[in-house]
Amino acid sequence: MNQPTGLSPNVLTVEDLRVYYVLDLFGVRREVRAVDGIDMTVRRDEIYGLAGESSSGKTSLIKSLVGAIRPPMRVMSGSVRFQFGGREIDVYKEPEAMRPARWRHLSTILQGSMNVLNPVRRVKHSFTDFAGRHMGLDRAAFRRRVEAHLDRLHLPPSVLDAFPHQLSGGMRQRVCIALATVCEPEFIIADEPTTALDVLVQRDVLALLKEVQTRLGSSVVFVTHDLSVHAAISDRLGIIYAGRLIEEGTTAALFAQPQHPYTAHLIGSLPRMGDTRPRSSLVGKPPNLAAPPPGCRFHPRCPIAIDRCTRDVPPLQTSATGGRVACFRAGEVAAP
Amino acid sequence: MFRILRDLLRSNREFLAGAVMVSAVLLLVALSFVSPYDLMATYTVPPDLPPSGEFWFGTTSRGQDVFWQITAALRNTLAFGVVVAGASRVIALVVGLVSGYAGGRIDQAIMALNDTLASLPNIPILLLVYFVMRDEMNWWLLALAASLLGWTYDSRLIRSVALTLKTREFTRHATFSGMRMPQILLREHLPYVMPIVFYTTMNNLIWAIGLEVTLSVLGFTDINRPSVGGMIYWANASSAMVAGVWWWIAFPMLCVAILFLGLFLLAMSVNEYIDPRSRLRRLRTQ
Amino acid sequence: MSGFLVYVARRFVQFVLVAFTGVTLAFLIVHLSPVNPVDQTVSLMTTFGATDPASVAMLRSALSELYGVNGSLAHQYIAFWSRVATGDFGPSLSAFPTPVLTVILRAIPWTIGLLTLSTLFAWTFGNVLGALAGYYRDSRLLKLAGIVVTAVQPMPTYICGLTLIILFGYTWPIFPISGGTQMNLSPGLTWSFVGSVVTHGALPALTLVLVSLGAWFNSMRSLVSNVVTEDHVVYAELAGVPSRTIFASYVARNAMLPQITGLALSLGHVFSGAVIVEFLFAYPGMGQLLIAGINAGDYSLVLGVTTISIIAVGFATFLIDIAYPLIDPRVKLG
Repeated sequence: MNQPTGLSPNVLTVEDLRVYYVLDLFGVRREVRAVDGIDMTVRRDEIYGLAGESSSGKTSLIKSLVGAIRPPMRVMSGSVRFQFGGREIDVYKEPEAMRPARWRHLSTILQGSMNVLNPVRRVKHSFTDFAGRHMGLDRAAFRRRVEAHLDRLHLPPSVLDAFPHQLSGGMRQRVCIALATVCEPEFIIADEPTTALDVLVQRDVLALLKEVQTRLGSSVVFVTHDLSVHAAISDRLGIIYAGRLIEEGTTAALFAQPQHPYTAHLIGSLPRMGDTRPRSSLVGKPPNLAAPPPGCRFHPRCPIAIDRCTRDVPPLQTSATGGRVACFRAGEVAAP
Repeated sequence: MFRILRDLLRSNREFLAGAVMVSAVLLLVALSFVSPYDLMATYTVPPDLPPSGEFWFGTTSRGQDVFWQITAALRNTLAFGVVVAGASRVIALVVGLVSGYAGGRIDQAIMALNDTLASLPNIPILLLVYFVMRDEMNWWLLALAASLLGWTYDSRLIRSVALTLKTREFTRHATFSGMRMPQILLREHLPYVMPIVFYTTMNNLIWAIGLEVTLSVLGFTDINRPSVGGMIYWANASSAMVAGVWWWIAFPMLCVAILFLGLFLLAMSVNEYIDPRSRLRRLRTQ
Repeated sequence: MSGFLVYVARRFVQFVLVAFTGVTLAFLIVHLSPVNPVDQTVSLMTTFGATDPASVAMLRSALSELYGVNGSLAHQYIAFWSRVATGDFGPSLSAFPTPVLTVILRAIPWTIGLLTLSTLFAWTFGNVLGALAGYYRDSRLLKLAGIVVTAVQPMPTYICGLTLIILFGYTWPIFPISGGTQMNLSPGLTWSFVGSVVTHGALPALTLVLVSLGAWFNSMRSLVSNVVTEDHVVYAELAGVPSRTIFASYVARNAMLPQITGLALSLGHVFSGAVIVEFLFAYPGMGQLLIAGINAGDYSLVLGVTTISIIAVGFATFLIDIAYPLIDPRVKLG
């Protein structure tokens, strides 16, 4: 797979992105700060994992990456820029430029593959609709190309003539992976692609995804709350809490030496063979994104919070392990 | 509850319009109690007079003041609609709740009966009732017949709510805590069912009034009792259009239009308000 | 294939059940009423003379035979069904001695033509417009169309028809306001005849369409608004599929399915509308026959029309029901 030499090694650059839900009903105005100032980059040929609990803002972040923002969601400030084929596209400054890039350079794999394919049409039509216009081949050649692609993913060509409800959950998700990769895009976003599957199927799907990514050399943003999946597949890992990135680093470093107390807690809660220690859960509830706590958003639940944490927002800085962390007392948590 | 009404009146234009229209009609109905004429009598005023300062809506060929006739007509028509809507509501609630809670074969049997009744054409059957009863026909009989036909659509809705409520967590909690079935039904489930009942009541009211107007216009109810459809019937029978007595037809029709539009707007806006999905849709388009 | 046949068989049983219940209901209404149809008809006939007791007695016994009021209720019921099966409802009183069936058969093509055309048109047009309004939410034109259509929706059929008569019959007389065709034309596939049928049917059809457009429009628009939020539509948008394709293949096709069921359920209502419209426009269909029969006290005709209309509506519902699995691939047959 040829890698065009672009201007920067980053395929995706996100700068100070703020995305809020602005609600104004019956005279009451409310702003839910789903994404509140996120800076991140994703390099070529890497799998970047995003982890966080539900309503941490990861889904809103994903939506803002692909430009699927609809009212009442609004991009308040910041930018999202992609590097495709040597050309930079700013998602929100040049929305028309995104249209031809969709699926050819940027594709998505969504959660809940149950309804993701059109239930009243056969699978082959989804392929035609999504990928046909990029390939520019006649019907027979296109079909052959798709079948060859399916074959590489260990899927039989009969899948194309089936209706989505006739396939099993695992099959459907594999078809979705095939659909998302048939144009050989440079960037793939996967949002909880294995959450609804049982463990064995999950393993197969993850292996498939890794195989495809390696072959194409694409960048993948892989979102899931399940840290054990991240351990298996992500190269780098970013932890999101309350709409902010609080730690980022290589997976190995994060698991071995988490710098942020939240990360430490997440990793510590993973079950390990032979480990029978009792686990303690975090106190408190996830923060209200419409009225988040002042200063560091984690401080109400943090076991090592100090006075400063209630006033000042800790900036995202280089950590002791080479990644980034946003904590005034980074590294002071005991390793699990 | 009043806070909801206030919110709706302030922010929802359709609700406001509907409320205004219905209030206007209700005002007319209230006026009917102070009418200076005996409204069942004819030839109490000079006939065929166009609208003027003395006779606001003109007079009919039968010597009746159109304005005061309309007030009584609206009262009778509305009363019919309310009675039918109320009666069929009760039937729909009973049938729907029983069917939903009983489940299994009883549910299937009741729903089969429901669907069968629902697919029958209403007007021919009501006409048949009228035809057969003819001279014995009166207001109450027609109301009874209409109620017996009007509950089928709503009972299905209520049944589906009952089905979901039966298996919800809080029902099981209530049962475990020792609440008895009637108590559960009344205290826990009724609040869920009420919004649907309200929406279906409005719809049913519109249907019932429409039925009354239609049957009266065809001359198939007690035509001496003033009703909106009846006025149009008499106007047609006296060839009002041809004779140029347009006000006899126009004003009843206008009142009918306002009444229906008002009720419809109310029903739609309340339904939209209650349904959280449509509220979200309103948000999205802001 | 066999699964489909089982499905058809089940739906057919349902049709038979509906027809059976409806016709039984009609029978019960007639035979359990406190008013004796024979007495009623006799009194109607003797109001204008003919009080010779012998002929009245003969009339009475003939009518009793005809109306099947002899014998026990069960006996009458069975006799009634045997007559329905052969289509023999006896002679029509108002068109004596023409058999009721002949009279009805003459009127059926008018009603079927009017109903089929106006229902299909209203359903298709209402759904397409509603789908467009639901998908392209910002279009001013579509919003306006929505308001117009919704404003007419709650109006009773009669009022709508009357308005059209006043508008097009008196104010701008373009269309004829009564009759099926011009009186003096002979039926046949001639231009003048067909043209006359069309112009005479225009206002009745327009009334029926106007009255039902609103419901289809609003329900389709609401359905589409929900379908648009479903995963497969969002996914297609993320993939950059052109919005025309999304509208046609992803949205409209999915939203249409409940509307087909809705069409089947609305047929009874549609027929009721036709009765009113035919009366208003003096259109020579079954509805007009029914009302004329009621006014003339023509018992056999009224019973005949009611029975046949119940069966016909049930059959039409059956036809739509069996067409549904051919369109929705998710329906499991058998």
